[in-house]
Amino acid sequence: MSIFIDKHSRVVVQGITGRDGSFHANQMVEYGTDVVAGVTPGKGGQFFTASTGRAIPIFNTVEDARAATEADVSVIYVPPAFAAGAIMEAADAGIGFIVAITEGIPVLDMTRAAAFVRDRGARLLGPNCPGLITPGQAKVGIIPGQITTPGPVGVISRSGTLTYEAVNQLTQAGIGQTTCVGIGGDPIIGTNFIDCLEAFSKDPETRAIAMIGEIGGTDEQEAAEWIRDHLEIPVVGFIAGQTAPPGRQMGHAGAIISGSAGTAAEKMKVFADCGIAVARRPADIRVLISEALGL
Amino acid sequence: MDIHEYQAKELFRQAGLPVPPGEVATTPEEAEAIASRLGGTVVVKAQVHTGGRGKAGGVKLAASAAEARDHAGRILGMQINGLTVKKVLVTPAEDIASEAYVGVLIDRRTQSPIFMVSPEGGVDIEEVARTNPDAIRKVRIDPRYGLLPHQAYAMATFLYEEPALVKQAQKVIGQLYRAFTTNSCSLAEVNPLIVTPAGEIKAIDAKVSVDESALFRMPEVEAFRDLDAEPASETKARESSLSFVKLDGDVGCCVNGAGLAMATMDLVKYYGGEPANFLDIGGSSNPDKVVAALEIITSDPSVKAILFNIFGGITRCDDVANGIVTAMKRIDIQVPIVIRLTGTNEEEALAILKDAGFEAYTSMDAVVEKAVQLAAQA
Repeated sequence: MSIFIDKHSRVVVQGITGRDGSFHANQMVEYGTDVVAGVTPGKGGQFFTASTGRAIPIFNTVEDARAATEADVSVIYVPPAFAAGAIMEAADAGIGFIVAITEGIPVLDMTRAAAFVRDRGARLLGPNCPGLITPGQAKVGIIPGQITTPGPVGVISRSGTLTYEAVNQLTQAGIGQTTCVGIGGDPIIGTNFIDCLEAFSKDPETRAIAMIGEIGGTDEQEAAEWIRDHLEIPVVGFIAGQTAPPGRQMGHAGAIISGSAGTAAEKMKVFADCGIAVARRPADIRVLISEALGL
Repeated sequence: MDIHEYQAKELFRQAGLPVPPGEVATTPEEAEAIASRLGGTVVVKAQVHTGGRGKAGGVKLAASAAEARDHAGRILGMQINGLTVKKVLVTPAEDIASEAYVGVLIDRRTQSPIFMVSPEGGVDIEEVARTNPDAIRKVRIDPRYGLLPHQAYAMATFLYEEPALVKQAQKVIGQLYRAFTTNSCSLAEVNPLIVTPAGEIKAIDAKVSVDESALFRMPEVEAFRDLDAEPASETKARESSLSFVKLDGDVGCCVNGAGLAMATMDLVKYYGGEPANFLDIGGSSNPDKVVAALEIITSDPSVKAILFNIFGGITRCDDVANGIVTAMKRIDIQVPIVIRLTGTNEEEALAILKDAGFEAYTSMDAVVEKAVQLAAQA
């Protein structure tokens, strides 16, 4: 089992002819994801040919792509200035799950796009995220497939390479994953920790969860309280940015300690108070997950 | 991006807010000239990107132009929270009957702009929130419809009773929201918003943070960036499209990805060292970026050892290793470098690095421990 995507997901790639879009569309096809369509305005009628030989039709709009291919998942690689528009276009076309990889979307644009997506009953993952992967079934986004393997652990993270680090260690220790989700490093994101935890709680194959947060905001604290009140399976938590100075943005637009709020120390304390096993360093995530699974 | 008070006031004036006149001086003589042009009592205010200017002695009243010059002489060059004051704002001193707070910011939880207003102005609003939360009214704005008339009215009546003041405040709140949206702010705040004895509302201080991601479409706001307010290394990093924050330690860190970069800094601390910087080199194996990153890290004389921590996922480790080797031939580094690469093609990468004479690792813990040790020995 899995959350959000599986082998039946039919994926449309918005921005499939761009540098990142074409590269990752190819990677997704190679992994086995069912990429059914691409969208690039002005290039409708052309085809994108993956290295596997598969020819993927390109459409001018998401609406056309959905009508012709019944795509139900979209992944967005368009530049920041147009990405909020692309998100709303996907939601308007009836796509139920929208994954926005683009980094650097203006925050005010995102406030409008997030509200628009909610009103249409769709789910947005990201932006500024690596997407997600259900090992052995499908990947949507940019997570390298070869570092994952099927198994019992759900992974949720605000980061990209730090997630790869943790997942790679799990895989090397022979511990597989149900789904690995990167929720994104921006202040405004479509899917938060609690949304993922709720989804994992309904997946009988997920037997433990690794939750990787960072400084900034209160999403981790709220998730910890949700875990305490609702979740039966064990959770291991890690917070990046224990040495980050206040008031400075650490790469991710959302990774900033405002005043005294959003520090790593505060988040780790709430984790511990809510019964989450706290990893002090990335290597401890694997150790604590092993313990939680009784391995 | 934080901008200075005098720049924030310029944006507020453009949106119609009642901001008193004022000009910026970089020398005591300029401050004197501005004060005599304005006439009467003036305030000389340090322009630095930090709070607590008043407590630090960076805000002074001057009854005459000569006194303004003396104050400017003392304030210019002053250090406030580690930042050197290079500019002062000279503005007329206003008589104050009452002080309020009006601010709007992006609220992560509701994913919307949110107004905060309080009749208790002129003090730290976080302090008011702690000690007297009932004195603050918060109003969530739906970004699709903007500030609605009844919302502005509700906030204005929370601040003032007298109808003439309510009417002025409604207008000011609308103007502040316009300044917030047209300049893609993450924060726009007036503290204090004063009422003069004559019953006029004025914004006598201004604080604005602008969303970095929106600067591409606002070149006039980007031009407000004060290169003096940040270390030269951070300017160079931005120009090289690297994400960099200077810190106080001695272990230079060069990492791909922001989360892994933070986790690497934390691990340096875990092993008893202090990170010299945050640096996210991004996903490319381009030697130009590696050279730029190394130049930035080594421009800090306190760096005693440099640590690379690269996770090769989509970017293959052997490509990154070749990029590092090429970069090292173009730059002369005096401090020890240790490299950790893991992920796709890591064995090939280690061979490339070892052939080129580098210490290379696949374990994050091992490389960080080694870097901390090398820095301590230096």
